[in-house]
Amino acid sequence: MSGSDKVTVLNPTGFPPKVVTKPLAPRLSALDGKTVYLVDCRFDDSDVFLKQVQAWFAQHMPSVRTVFKQISSVYLKDDPTTWEEIKARGHAAIVGVGH
Amino acid sequence: MTIEAQYGVPTVAMHTDKFDRVVRSVAAVNGMSELRQVFVPQPVMGKSPAELRAYVDGRDPLTGRPVMQEVIEGLTAPFDGRGIETIEYDRATPRLVEADTEDNLHRLFMENRWTDYLPIVLPTEERVAAMLAATSRKPDEVVGRMRPTHFREAWEYTVEKVAVNAVMAGARPEYFPVVLALAATGVSARGSTTSSMAAMAVVNGPIRNEIKMNAGTGALAPYNHANATIGRAYGLLSQNLQGGSVPGLTYMGSMGNNYAYNSITFPENEERSPWEPFHVQHGFRPSDSTVSVFAGCRSTAYTLGIREKHWREHVANMLRGMDPHIPPVFVLDPITARQFIDRGGFTKKDALIDWIYETARMRASEFWDYQLVQNYLYPRATFGEEPWATKLKAAPDEMIQMYRREDIHVVVVGGETNGYWRIMGASYAKTVSVDDWR
Repeated sequence: MSGSDKVTVLNPTGFPPKVVTKPLAPRLSALDGKTVYLVDCRFDDSDVFLKQVQAWFAQHMPSVRTVFKQISSVYLKDDPTTWEEIKARGHAAIVGVGH
Repeated sequence: MTIEAQYGVPTVAMHTDKFDRVVRSVAAVNGMSELRQVFVPQPVMGKSPAELRAYVDGRDPLTGRPVMQEVIEGLTAPFDGRGIETIEYDRATPRLVEADTEDNLHRLFMENRWTDYLPIVLPTEERVAAMLAATSRKPDEVVGRMRPTHFREAWEYTVEKVAVNAVMAGARPEYFPVVLALAATGVSARGSTTSSMAAMAVVNGPIRNEIKMNAGTGALAPYNHANATIGRAYGLLSQNLQGGSVPGLTYMGSMGNNYAYNSITFPENEERSPWEPFHVQHGFRPSDSTVSVFAGCRSTAYTLGIREKHWREHVANMLRGMDPHIPPVFVLDPITARQFIDRGGFTKKDALIDWIYETARMRASEFWDYQLVQNYLYPRATFGEEPWATKLKAAPDEMIQMYRREDIHVVVVGGETNGYWRIMGASYAKTVSVDDWR
């Protein structure tokens, strides 16, 4: 075989699953009077960071009620108890910090 | 993503800027490319409250816009028609690459990041067919699914796809059942974690000698064709079959890890070990051939032999030098294995494991203050998961056990040129039959 001959080879990559787009939640018209959950994913001092976000709201948007909430276990586990609480008692969520 | 998509709560995700590409791509493959994401500088870890307040008061390093303005807009600004409809679409993978010259194909494979940047063997149809002839399994049979991180979608692969990667690694057809068994574990050797972990693969049973693997002198080094290419195949098949291993996108290991070049692949030296083989400890017969995979390999401690007077203290010191988040695997030369019997009377591996479990201790306050313990074990403790929930109740100065007993393992390998041995920090994942893939 010379260097200019064409060779057929196989593709080494796997088969990805289909992507199904998911509708996002409708946005709020405003945050005044609403409850925003600050969801700590408990990774690399994210709690310290989110408490600064909470302090920012207290200073700049005091009409917004914030709730600092740590997930129940590690971020690798789903946490339906926490998600249910946020849905029942909150209007919006800020999740951090995905490093 | 779960709160937004499944619970219908408008959400903003905050990340550090180094994770820009990865979090956007994870959102996209999860069908949420319009997910509202805001970025702050890296790192958050170790910064003071005042420094983090400056992040909050500052600007998104990627957009230059005020961080909190983006957060507020992310919760309140309506979508412009995107992100609110359900669409399904395929991402096809062709069987063949368009025919080209060998030089161009080598370049293409490298540009597509399908290699480990060492020369590969091009997977021609002839070579792949020869590989496939070494198993009774059909080419289109699904072997498993794999992904680089918990958050990414798992990709699927067939026997033929595994064969393609085995050819690329330079593996011989007779090694193919071992490579298939590794693929069947579904455990990636190209896991994406900032901690730069690698995998370790231990082969047991008759297959070791059938394919002339080396369990003796230099077993963990590049001195045996089967050890070298099976381990390399494990890495290549992981990166290609899981949907890539691209720095900044599907690989986030900050420093990287040289162990990843062949995933520390070796056979146990069953013939010279004084104990039962690793796979027999895990429910297989001595006549079975298996491969066992470990994840999270990063840390190593080593020493020479175990001394008569202070061997207990020396081993305890080594254990305390490991990060307590990842359990120890004792990788012992046969000389040292026998020394552990002579010094400690550990005639069974289990007896040695019991002793390691009792010996690996540190003060509770030190244990809980490790960053990785904070990230991964402390949350589980507060969730009530044992044994960490009980450990969390310990007084600060109480010496608590660093590991769960079931996470501690012992493997014997080496050529007895001396009694050097090491502790690998590694998490045992599973043992898979090689015979099932013959």
